[in-house]
Amino acid sequence: MSTATPVRTSTMAQALNAALRDAMREDRSVHVLGEDVGALGGVFRITDGLTAEFGRDRCLDTPLAEAGILGTAIGMAMYGLRPVVEMQFDAFAYPAMEQLVSHVAKMRNRTAGKLPLPITIRIPYGGGIGGVEHHSDSSEAYYAQTPGLHVVTPATVGDAYGLLRASIASDDPVVFLEPKRLYWGKDSLDPAAPVEPIGRAVLRRTGSSAVLITYGPSLPVCLEAAEAAKAEGWDLAVLDLRTLVPFDDETVCRVVRSLGRAVVVHEASGFGGTGAEIAARVTERCFHHLAAPVLRVTGFDIPYPPPMLEHHHLPGVDRILDAVARLQWED
Amino acid sequence: MTVLDHRHHTSVPGWRPGATAPRTDPAPLLPDASPVRVLGTPALEKYDPALLRELYRRLVVGRRYNQQATVLTKQGRLAVYPASTGQEACQVAAAMVLGAGDWLFPSYRDTLAVVSRGVDPLEALTLLRGNAHTGYDPRATRTAPLCTPLATQAPHAVGLAHAARLSAEPVVALAMLGDGGTSEGDFHEALNFAAVLQAPVVFLVQNNGYAISVPLTQQSAAPSLAHKAVGYGMPGRLVDGNDAPAVHAVLGEAVERARCGGGPTLVEALTYRLEAHTNADDATRYREDEEVAAWREHDPVLLMERHLRGAGLLDDLLVRQASEEAEALAARMRAEFHSDAELDPMSLFAHVYAEPTPQLREQAAQLAAELAAELAAEAEVQH
Ligand SMILES: Cc1ncc(C[n+]2csc(CCOP(=O)(O)OP(=O)(O)O)c2C)c(N)n1
Ligand SMILES: [Mg+2]
Repeated sequence: MSTATPVRTSTMAQALNAALRDAMREDRSVHVLGEDVGALGGVFRITDGLTAEFGRDRCLDTPLAEAGILGTAIGMAMYGLRPVVEMQFDAFAYPAMEQLVSHVAKMRNRTAGKLPLPITIRIPYGGGIGGVEHHSDSSEAYYAQTPGLHVVTPATVGDAYGLLRASIASDDPVVFLEPKRLYWGKDSLDPAAPVEPIGRAVLRRTGSSAVLITYGPSLPVCLEAAEAAKAEGWDLAVLDLRTLVPFDDETVCRVVRSLGRAVVVHEASGFGGTGAEIAARVTERCFHHLAAPVLRVTGFDIPYPPPMLEHHHLPGVDRILDAVARLQWED
Repeated sequence: MTVLDHRHHTSVPGWRPGATAPRTDPAPLLPDASPVRVLGTPALEKYDPALLRELYRRLVVGRRYNQQATVLTKQGRLAVYPASTGQEACQVAAAMVLGAGDWLFPSYRDTLAVVSRGVDPLEALTLLRGNAHTGYDPRATRTAPLCTPLATQAPHAVGLAHAARLSAEPVVALAMLGDGGTSEGDFHEALNFAAVLQAPVVFLVQNNGYAISVPLTQQSAAPSLAHKAVGYGMPGRLVDGNDAPAVHAVLGEAVERARCGGGPTLVEALTYRLEAHTNADDATRYREDEEVAAWREHDPVLLMERHLRGAGLLDDLLVRQASEEAEALAARMRAEFHSDAELDPMSLFAHVYAEPTPQLREQAAQLAAELAAELAAEAEVQH
């Protein structure tokens, strides 16, 4: 059930803000905590106005310590609250890794279901914003590799709202990865639209030649590539995963089986990345429908480069089209 | 009676298992009751005029450096600049108390300390310009890379100092942090290690009142940040961070203490960030203009100038020389940062490992082919 917020044009940042506000209005157990989330409204303004509306107890500027933030959130959740934690940037979530991996991910399992932890951990992630060192990591593979965590990443304004609502409502911990370079993209937002369940991929563009499988920051790049591919005679579908864990095998396999050719695109490094998992799953399940190996277009296997060089690292339209060209069309 | 008096209870010999010597009373560890000040006090007279003039010169140059870097950022020549405007006394004093063989462990806000230590501004600023991560040679300059993940450089300083001590070299490491950084676990682990190992390391916390928007009152409930030293068993010093000779004196004592085997010190310097956190920050959201105005009156450069003049130590010649040097530095920064940085896309693959992996070689070849194809396409368009 949604609040009265009307349909309007919104940025992704505003949609996330609305999702937090609506969740806090509807459920007193929802608490926000993190660095600079109060007066400043977060460095990306995602928590703008929450302390003003709900008070410091509900939206708390914590001391500067990520392990402390997440560890405290665990205790709050044990007592029955529903904490939403903000990590300021991808690479600054790492001090909380111990709490995340050893406790958040495992508490339900360790306690035979007695202590589920309904914590949402919001993390702005990815590059493309000209950030200096440690401000552009794509850390999804670490989280996706950790059993017990859901990993969700919206790519549209509507999903930002809906998936954040669903994540907060989830009784399991969710690592909610926000593609920071899409924060300022605008679209219409209907907060009353039914909230999408987490775990469902969606076809953003239908096509008849091959499918680009992607998520988060790479979705607009794939849509652009699909547009450019028309000139080359390819009609590309674009699939937005939206949730990495749980993985929507059903939708992904249905699309791959119908087209027979697939390229996975993400900006995180390729080696041991989520693309490897996706390619393996698709190959295991759709082998006889495939006309070509599943290819990956990813960031290089390097530490994230300085901003003046990042465009060479990030998967772009040309690199995607090069991969599409290698999908064994001659057969 | 304090817990330490347990040592008189022969019936409880093991109150501190493993202790080989009775603990000393922690009272001397308690921080200075009020911040150490030199400017405006009789202590000023004890200072070497040459040192004071050198501090003044560096402050003037440092202020100009901050201003110029800020302007360059507004012009888009730097990706981001966390200015140390208002904190110059800490920056230059940190550089001055270290010998050539000592090591500095700066944070992202401390490029002025790095420059004041002698690193070329063009090299000190590559991280913030956005063309390279670390632009200087840390080993040659004995300056660790600018550190962005907060407080994570503190244990590195401890380890380096420890290693130097093991090799009986009189090297001291100085780690620079902010008030916010003192909340991170790494800060506390570093202090504990430093004290347990008696490492020759000095921690300088520039308490500028804010961690981005979060004021100190929400950061710590301790009477001072210097108090955090006490629990780890090292002295905590409190100094007026805008009083350059005071910062120099307190840091200098700590460095010498460390060098002579006296172990680590935590120094809290009370200062203020006059600019926003970075150019990307809007400080009006969390602090009042009046507060900033009050601190402008306690500006480190202004204070130094006023008091040195009062003491008859500042002549027009020195003022002119310092200002000329400052302008020359600013002009050089303008000239050098206005030309585009030289970039080599293939450098993406350099130095990931000592030897590139086969996979990286493959990826480098892919990028090289892409770049060649781009060049060829451009050439075709031109013909
Ligand atoms: C581990 C970590 N968490 C968060 C950040 C983001 N961040 C950068 S600067 C900053 C505030 C630091 O405040 P303080 O330590 O007082 O230093 P100042 O910027 O005031 O010099 C924050 C939260 C970071 N760099 N590293
Ligand atoms: Mg600070």
